[in-house]
Amino acid sequence: MAAVVEPITGRYVRVDIGGVTHRVYVEQAGSGVPLLCLHTAGADTRQFRGVMNDDEVLNQCRVVTFDLPWHGKSSPPAGWHDTTYQLTASRYSEIVVAIIDALDLDRPIVMGCSIGGREVLYLAADHADRIGGVIGLQSGGHVDPYYDTEWLNRPDVHGGLVCAGVVSGLISPTAPDSERWETLWHYMQGGPGVFQGDLYFYKIDGDVRDRLAAIDTDRCPVFLLTGEYDYSCTPDDTLGVRKSVVGSHATIMSGLGHFPMSEDYERFGTYFRSTLTAALAERERLLDGGEPA
Amino acid sequence: MTTLADRLRSLYTLDDRTVESGRYVSTTLLIDAGAERALVTIDAGRVTSVTDAASRVMPGWQFALRAPADEWEAFWAATPRPGSHDLFALLRRKQLRVEGDLHPFMSNLLYFKALLALPRAA
Repeated sequence: MAAVVEPITGRYVRVDIGGVTHRVYVEQAGSGVPLLCLHTAGADTRQFRGVMNDDEVLNQCRVVTFDLPWHGKSSPPAGWHDTTYQLTASRYSEIVVAIIDALDLDRPIVMGCSIGGREVLYLAADHADRIGGVIGLQSGGHVDPYYDTEWLNRPDVHGGLVCAGVVSGLISPTAPDSERWETLWHYMQGGPGVFQGDLYFYKIDGDVRDRLAAIDTDRCPVFLLTGEYDYSCTPDDTLGVRKSVVGSHATIMSGLGHFPMSEDYERFGTYFRSTLTAALAERERLLDGGEPA
Repeated sequence: MTTLADRLRSLYTLDDRTVESGRYVSTTLLIDAGAERALVTIDAGRVTSVTDAASRVMPGWQFALRAPADEWEAFWAATPRPGSHDLFALLRRKQLRVEGDLHPFMSNLLYFKALLALPRAA
């Protein structure tokens, strides 16, 4: 087989977050309307490799994704060894806005999964003027802890193996082995305490339920896609968000779990592309100052 | 009717690759399905015995997995429905309780998930 050079390029961006310089790894592909993608807890940009190799998407969008600080190729900032990593709701929004500013993204559609799917709801509520709509994958308002996350970060348990073990069942049983195990590999590569620190946002600090009523879908269109096998953010959780956010759209995806874009892109793409088309139309309407469809 | 012991006979068929991944696992765990309970003993990743816990005068184990019988049945369906397809899905729905010394279970989670899914294929 001839070698294939993918359309994805990677760069590092130095941004100020919380008064500290962070060196953030950013990947981009395609051209057009900016589509900013936010990965799940304890993972990195590679989850969007399917999106960033989809010609139909790349012909319409400049797809941008970045590794959150402490994840993937975004090393923690200097002095990290004296701190405990904990992602908060305010910090997460600060990071996303800093990336939008740094890359000069004009009203991007922001698509996030899991913690990213939660974060896009904060963005829709608090930063509608900076974005052009959101696509929430596995978006829920809140998740109560259902296992002790201390197991994710202790020296007598292999962090990579336990993180992958905890999330393995969130993938649909129908997912192809190759994508299932790549998705788990990302979890096996996380730094110590990083997945646990992200879950602080997901399960403790980032309860967005009381912010949902502030979302105005005339100012920021909201689309929700959730896989049926996700027991972390369940279809019912997503339908609860839809009920609270007037004018939002929700689709439950069959044969998919918590990592739809990474665990089975072929199946996810059938849902995603039509949702993206609708989101692009809504963004255009929004920027033209028209009435919602 | 398929008994718990019948179901768990498939644990002896764990493939070599998964046995290798569990080479540091030597333990006895209790599978509690309500009326029926079984003790599973593992030596260096290989299941060496599956016995009816009721047949023991003083059954001992390092950790226990407890769920109602119908939840185990749904978990072991050939094509489990969403919410019954993983041990942690049962945990999320508060249908599974994991008790005792959890260290062997949590430090070998992928191993135990593969092991306890075997009755599904059987």
